[in-house]
Amino acid sequence: MVTTFVFVLTAAVMLVAALVAVLKNNLVHAAMGLVVTLFGTAVLFVLLEAYFLAVAQVVIYVGAIAILIVFSIMLTRRVGADWGQQTNATWPFALLVAGLLTVLLGLMVRGWAAVTAQPASQAVPADMTARLGAALVDPNGYVVPFEVASVLLLAALIGAVYVAWGGRKAEKDAQG
Amino acid sequence: MAFLQDPTVIVEWLRQLFLGWGLSPSLASLLLYVLGALALATGPLLWVIFLIWFERKAVARIQDRLGPNRVGPYGLLQPFADVLKLLTKEDIIPAKADKFLYWLAPILSLAGVLLLWPAVPLGKGIGGNVNVAVLYLVAVGTLSTFAILLAGWSANNKYALLGAFRTVAQMISYEVPIVLALLVPVLLARSMNLQDIVAAQDVWFVVAAPLAALIFFVASIAEVGRTPFDLLEAESEIIAGFHIEYSGMKFAMFFAGEFLHAFTTGVLGAVLFFGGWRGPGAESYPILGLLYLWIKAFLLYFVIVWIRGTFPRIRIDHLLNFSWKFLTPLALVALMVTAVLDKMLAPLGAWPRALALLVANGVIWLATQRWLRGVEKRLQPPMVAQPGEYPVAHYTPPEPQAAEGD
Amino acid sequence: MDPTWVFIGVFFILAPLLAAAPILIGHYLGPHKPNPIKNDVYECGLKTVGDAWVRFKVQYYLFALVFLIFDVELVFLYPWAVAYDMLPTFAVLEGLLFIIMLLAALIYAWKREALDWYD
Repeated sequence: MVTTFVFVLTAAVMLVAALVAVLKNNLVHAAMGLVVTLFGTAVLFVLLEAYFLAVAQVVIYVGAIAILIVFSIMLTRRVGADWGQQTNATWPFALLVAGLLTVLLGLMVRGWAAVTAQPASQAVPADMTARLGAALVDPNGYVVPFEVASVLLLAALIGAVYVAWGGRKAEKDAQG
Repeated sequence: MAFLQDPTVIVEWLRQLFLGWGLSPSLASLLLYVLGALALATGPLLWVIFLIWFERKAVARIQDRLGPNRVGPYGLLQPFADVLKLLTKEDIIPAKADKFLYWLAPILSLAGVLLLWPAVPLGKGIGGNVNVAVLYLVAVGTLSTFAILLAGWSANNKYALLGAFRTVAQMISYEVPIVLALLVPVLLARSMNLQDIVAAQDVWFVVAAPLAALIFFVASIAEVGRTPFDLLEAESEIIAGFHIEYSGMKFAMFFAGEFLHAFTTGVLGAVLFFGGWRGPGAESYPILGLLYLWIKAFLLYFVIVWIRGTFPRIRIDHLLNFSWKFLTPLALVALMVTAVLDKMLAPLGAWPRALALLVANGVIWLATQRWLRGVEKRLQPPMVAQPGEYPVAHYTPPEPQAAEGD
Repeated sequence: MDPTWVFIGVFFILAPLLAAAPILIGHYLGPHKPNPIKNDVYECGLKTVGDAWVRFKVQYYLFALVFLIFDVELVFLYPWAVAYDMLPTFAVLEGLLFIIMLLAALIYAWKREALDWYD
């Protein structure tokens, strides 16, 4: 009961925050809306008793990605405010398509047994995080994705630094 | 005196009381949670008042001053006078500020620090028992970062924004060594639960992981924004950093948040590396454990104050270099060595293992020192005059100018 | 639900309220006499030029980027550390490989001068 109430409340807050993120002209406000949405996701994880995912969500998305977004907003030329029109002439059609898609997805989900059926109440094991850790480096588990993820992140870093940063000298030259 | 041996009897007594009023069991539980949260939040908030007095007095003594000594014995009532003064100050809101975020920032700043407390184990069976506590601490820490970012942004003041950006760059840089150093106690205890980490410290982790403890401590001081890492409020450069435009109680909340954060750092250091509430008799009398934790935390806090009273401020490029090029690689190496040795020495008892890790940490430290000396030699031009050279570093003699015109 | 997390949920509601209470009290207790000069921005005693919301340099972005990569990798390492007792030796080595990748990322950023602050 309480869980349902918290869920509905969180979902409502998340929806409003998501709308703020999309509709606000002031980019910093939009970023804050995004932060609230991401935080709401963490709350949903807690409701699902996925505590590790909840804290990881906050650490990575709120702690790192949101700050990155705010920093990149500060790099734009007309900082944080674009007072131009946010939509173009075809928005009614987009709305129509999005609406149809929502209805279609809703119909599909309604017919899906996994959603309507009550799940067997299964207690989450206490050593969830340890099991996750063991599975991550288990050769029969996820060790390949685990190591590939590290290579991917290394590649991402190299790419990002290469694109964003030509080194101190190049930066000085660019400034004239 | 059953209460001394098991403080949870109070909770049970209150629960029975609430049930006696005819409340439903779940409502009684909720009420207990609210009361517990209120107690856990107001305790540190009141403690801050004492901390402010203590820090002013201690720093004053270090600087050969008297410090507060007028209001009450030893000036103990000075913070109360300050609070009264701040309460009656005008709450100025800059005309061009971003009103909503301007209000939100100080609230987030203090709340972000308070929210660290539910994870802290205060004694055997009391206080935090969060299963992912260590990452929870990191996650809640991001709230403080956002508070500073919002404060700097919303005031619409160039210096505030500059201060906020510097601070956030500093905080995210120092979060990396902190998260790395935190991995070491997690690894040694095989748990992220702070209660388990305390229980695993038959030998304090500071023995097995002195480098991690040091890195955690130094980086935490930077995370709080204390001297020598207090660029965020460098008065001489950016006036006061992100909170220039804040006055009255809003400013006080930033201030209280910083002081409480410093003390909380002491508490976390004590829990992670100095055995938390453990001590003689703490098993049977949890209240004693709370006292031990408080003493350890206070000693660590005193070191923070001591550092504040002693060290000069670091320049921003040095600050960032120190995190990325010294603390982070050191933490990575310490983590790898700890991981390997701990697996290899698993059959040994607690003490031999801890001592072996201590020796390994010592070796890493000696190697680091050698490396640093090499770097120092490369960076510093020789101070002794070579033949044909000026004896002053960095000084190049002016080129003889040819007379122009005629 | 784990009772600890219910408690944290309650705390998440109460802590901001406790922090907001003194601010509100101060707001209503203090005098309230705004005027345009008082409410203006204070910048070193000089007259303010333009908006504060100016463009910042790319360095901040770069630091946030490197931090993000490190953060993501480190979060992966926590379950590994928690599961340490369950891990055979090669699983430990896999974790070490992961950390070495992290070290490689650090060294790359270092050599590319992405970690140097310049003015």
